Amino acid sequence: MGLPIPPFVGDIFGPDAVIMKGINGTNWRLKDYEARGGYSALKKIIAEKIPPEQVVNELKKSSLRGRGGAGFPTGLKWSFMPRQFPGQKYLVCNSDEGEPGTFKDRDILRYNPQILIEGMIIGGYAMGITVGYNYIHGEIWDVYERFEEALEEARAAGYLGDKILGTDFSFQLHAHHGFGAYICGEETALLESLEGKKGQPRFKPPFPASFGLYGKPTTINNTETFAAVPWIINNGGDAFLALGKPNNGGTKIFSISGDVARPGNYEIKLGTPFATLLEMAGGMRDGKKLKAVIPGGSSMPVLPADIMMATDMDYDSIAKAGSMLGSGAVIVMDETRCMVKSLLRLSYFYYEESCGQCTPCREGTGWLYRMVDRIEHGKGRPEDLDMLDNVAQNIQGRTICALGDAAAMPVRAFLKHYRDEFQHHIDHKKCLVAPYI
Amino acid sequence: MNAPMTLSSESLAKIDKAVAKYPPDRKDSAVMAALTIAQDEKGWLSTETMDFVAQYLGMPPVAVYEVASFYTMYDLKPTGKYKLTICTNLPCALQGATHTAEYLKKTLGIGFNETTPDGRITLKEGECMGACGDAPVMIQNNKKMLCAMSNEKIDQLLKDLK
Repeated sequence: MGLPIPPFVGDIFGPDAVIMKGINGTNWRLKDYEARGGYSALKKIIAEKIPPEQVVNELKKSSLRGRGGAGFPTGLKWSFMPRQFPGQKYLVCNSDEGEPGTFKDRDILRYNPQILIEGMIIGGYAMGITVGYNYIHGEIWDVYERFEEALEEARAAGYLGDKILGTDFSFQLHAHHGFGAYICGEETALLESLEGKKGQPRFKPPFPASFGLYGKPTTINNTETFAAVPWIINNGGDAFLALGKPNNGGTKIFSISGDVARPGNYEIKLGTPFATLLEMAGGMRDGKKLKAVIPGGSSMPVLPADIMMATDMDYDSIAKAGSMLGSGAVIVMDETRCMVKSLLRLSYFYYEESCGQCTPCREGTGWLYRMVDRIEHGKGRPEDLDMLDNVAQNIQGRTICALGDAAAMPVRAFLKHYRDEFQHHIDHKKCLVAPYI
Repeated sequence: MNAPMTLSSESLAKIDKAVAKYPPDRKDSAVMAALTIAQDEKGWLSTETMDFVAQYLGMPPVAVYEVASFYTMYDLKPTGKYKLTICTNLPCALQGATHTAEYLKKTLGIGFNETTPDGRITLKEGECMGACGDAPVMIQNNKKMLCAMSNEKIDQLLKDLK
């Protein structure tokens, strides 16, 4: 069934991997997962009659933080779900991975789909939820089909469905695909889309925990977040925390793209130095010099090389360095890259993907794009740099969802660190660095 | 007079399977799947096709048009036999996608959002497909991802797409 999956290149997840440990690109079937010890966490919960509250407590101890971008503590989020609410409640997985630079969830879904299914079943148990959906990015159709097949395998084996493994606990899980809209990665836009509407974010509050899918209490987590749950149950929250550092528990899959020798996904302990991660990715391509890094996906502020080389890869360290860990998408740029042209491509993206609901974002992203475009093409005006910053500032914090912030933050950071390149474009109508991509 | 528009029994069975994923009173949730299945069969989404989907799911036609026009992978106009979408976003661009896009345009003699005169290939510029590690990345007819597309691989692809 399905379309051919692109070949797997090497065992690249790294020696510290726990989520992707033992993955070789072909061992994605249920029997392979069981051979790696899969579903032992679910069986442990059943055999030891671990109460739901204790599952949530282990997550709290683990310091697992949301892997989709916001970094919200998962245990705390799970504790918000009103367990005793009598009506239907929903569990949703956000696999709508479209933040430029991010491609980790795709590898979990195609190479290790059962770990996500097990994590979601445990989530359902912990929060008293019996129905779940996994919303998968429409562009990775082959992966969506594989995930459907993985669901069938889990159902046939009795892990998923009615009366799981002979208990009274039932959990139904379905896959839902997107079809081309970055905004649906925003959790309330995703819920709208799941309900069969345009993906336009909802005003919060009410938050999904009280008014989510079909207006019912809903918990939404990222793919990688759910995928970390089985290991935490098997080994304990404290052990997961110890893999990383305080407030930054566990390992994290970083997607490295751009000017490195081996772009790909690397699972490392949180707190690992950026220099080590860069080395794992084979260092800079063609021996060029590192210029800049966007450490957490295109929406996060860019940081110059010297700051990154002194930074560790965890939520708090990257925040201290002036950016955010985000989704763990590390976009690496070398010395030949023009920062005006780089920002231009990102600004076009946000302009293209704004859902059009809020005026500051709908109009502002176009305004930002047009200004960066004229600077890039030698038509910039002396007042443009201050105006760029001003427009970005006026978008930030004035929209329903974070896409406005996501469009504004790169502009402000590129200007902060590379103002000279923008100024040069305006003054001399050409690049400070050449040639470019 | 033409017979009323419908979809094949195979497509309808697929739509029914999608509908079954959601609560009985929430058939709307299957609209994205239904439009995708309809587009696969018809090649693109005409108003007639969308109206049929609306009627089949018990939705107002305008609600279906809204969805079809919001998500970029639905084609509201006919495309070439093959639709090639290439990602040119920053991570892909840093890994050569800009050159790949130029090569495609030059080889096919068309720009983005254009179709070759023989109706064979439509070229589109796409946004992040979530596969940056495999750049340059392209999608053929919305569903087949093509990874690490060198000029040589593109030559072969264009030969294969008859």
